[in-house]
This record gives sequence, structure tokens and C-alpha cells, in this order.
Amino acid sequence: MSDIEERVKKIVVEHLGVEEAKIQSDSKFIDDLGADSLDTVELVMAFEEEFGCEIPDDAAEKIVTLKDAVTYLTANSN
Amino acid sequence: MFQGRKLLVTGGTGSIGNSICSYFSNNGCDDVYSTTTNINKIKSNQDYIKFKELDLNNIKNINLEQLFDFDIDYLVLNAGLNRDNIFLRMTPEDWSSVINVNLNSSFYLLKYFVKKMIKKRFGRVIFISSVVAHTGNPGQVNYTASKSAISGMVKSLALELSTRNITVNSVAPGFIKSNMTDKLNEDQKNAILERIPMKKLGDSSDIAKAVGFLCSENANYITGQTLHVNGGLALI
Repeated sequence: MSDIEERVKKIVVEHLGVEEAKIQSDSKFIDDLGADSLDTVELVMAFEEEFGCEIPDDAAEKIVTLKDAVTYLTANSN
Repeated sequence: MFQGRKLLVTGGTGSIGNSICSYFSNNGCDDVYSTTTNINKIKSNQDYIKFKELDLNNIKNINLEQLFDFDIDYLVLNAGLNRDNIFLRMTPEDWSSVINVNLNSSFYLLKYFVKKMIKKRFGRVIFISSVVAHTGNPGQVNYTASKSAISGMVKSLALELSTRNITVNSVAPGFIKSNMTDKLNEDQKNAILERIPMKKLGDSSDIAKAVGFLCSENANYITGQTLHVNGGLALI
């Protein structure tokens, strides 16, 4: 597991209160991990903070799984 | 009552805005921020207020992050203007400036500050509406449209944010002694007084106390509501 993936997973575990073992890279935050729509906004805010980057709204809307987040942050984080 | 909390009131040089700032300051709020279109309008007794110059008509071009480099607990969307005329004489500029300042500016301010409130898991948002939003008023098609739009905004936003300990309410003043009512002539004033069961205009401090209540712990379970402060003028 990459360092980015590990950090993203940690945020998801902390924020959504789900067990790490339950998170697959293609689990959807809302459908599979019990997030509501505000949770997804908060997750993006937490990613921004952790990775020191700004995720624009149109990109944020496309981040629906752990994999989406890792792909975006790998390409765009500092 | 408001110790350790931070307040931002838009339009702090107006009579209601000024009263709100002073009420919060007198009740323990140390960080009182406000906006004004013109820094020269600030009065000498307002030196405890940290003013930011902001033209709400132009807010979409402003970098809010630079202007407001702090978070807040209470946001009072108070700034408003009127450009009254009968509808058939109302210009497109009369319409759009009132909608821009009274309604659209709230969109931008809320987008910015609600994010911070969500992070803190605390926030109190208060819109200053108006009794005419609920009764209508000839000559104020633009003003009443902007203020009644707020009613919908309050309810939907309250529902969206309720799980994050952020409440969203509005206070709807009736006729309050203010720069706006000072512009009325004696005949207009008397006609208004006749319609108010309490036979007097409200004071801006009456509005400040209502805002204070909605921000206080006494109102923790109140959201999506409009508190009418109008001396019985309209019972809604």
C-alpha cells in the first residue's frame, strides 16, 4: 500500500468510524461506508488539510471511492 | 453569554447592525467583526468592532480568504439596502442591486463560513429578514423578493446543516427606528403607528436581543425558524 493510500485510509477510518478491514479501494463512501453527503465534503476538507492542496469542487464531486481520492492526490498533492 | 465566541455582522454601521455588535460585546463577546461598504461611515463609539471594508454588490470578485483570515461562531447576515419604487418604475438596476446585496451576497459568505463551522461542529447563522417578506409591501417588489427568498434559504440550509450542530434562523423586524425609517415623513410614520398594535416603532436593540437569543444556549434546539419582532404588526 502506498504512503498516500495509507494516509487517505486513516482519514476515512477516523472520519467515518468504520473498521479499516472493511474499506476496499473501490468501496464507495456513501453507498458502502455509510457516509452522508456532508461527510464527503468533510472528507475532501480533511484530504486538503493532510496533503496541503486545494481540491476544486468539480474534482471533489468525482471523488467517491478511496481509489478516486488516492488517484487524485497522487497526481495533485505537493 | 458569548465568552470565547467570535461574531461577524454584515452592515455594522447601520442602526440594527450596530445594536447587534454592541449587544454581543456587552454580553462577553470579545471578537466582534463587521463589514461596511465605506470605512468612513464607522462611528467613534465603534472602535471595539473590527471592521472590514466589503462591497457586497461586488462580493463575487472578492477573495474572502484574504479578507476574513479567521473563523467565526456566529454569522449575522444583516446588511441590506432598499431601492423602493412602484414596480412599473423600478429599473433593472434597482432590482439587481437589491437582490445582489440582500440575497446573493449571503450565498458567497455562507459558502465561505459554513465550511469553517462544519469543521468546528458549531455555528449559528442568523439572517435579518423583514416583516414585509411575509406580508408584501407596495413599492418594495425587489426588497420583499430578496427577503422572502431568505425564508426558503433558512429552511433548506437549516436542514442540510442540522447534523453538524449548526443552526440557521432568521429574525424578521417590523418597523424599527433606523436609517430606513428615518427617511419616512410624519404622515407615513403616523400611518404606520396606527397599524402597530403596540403603537410604537421598535428599537434596534429589540432586534439585537432576538439575535442574541437565537445565538445563545437557550436556543440550541431551534433551527429553520423565523422570529418575528414587530410589536404585533403581523401575526404569522
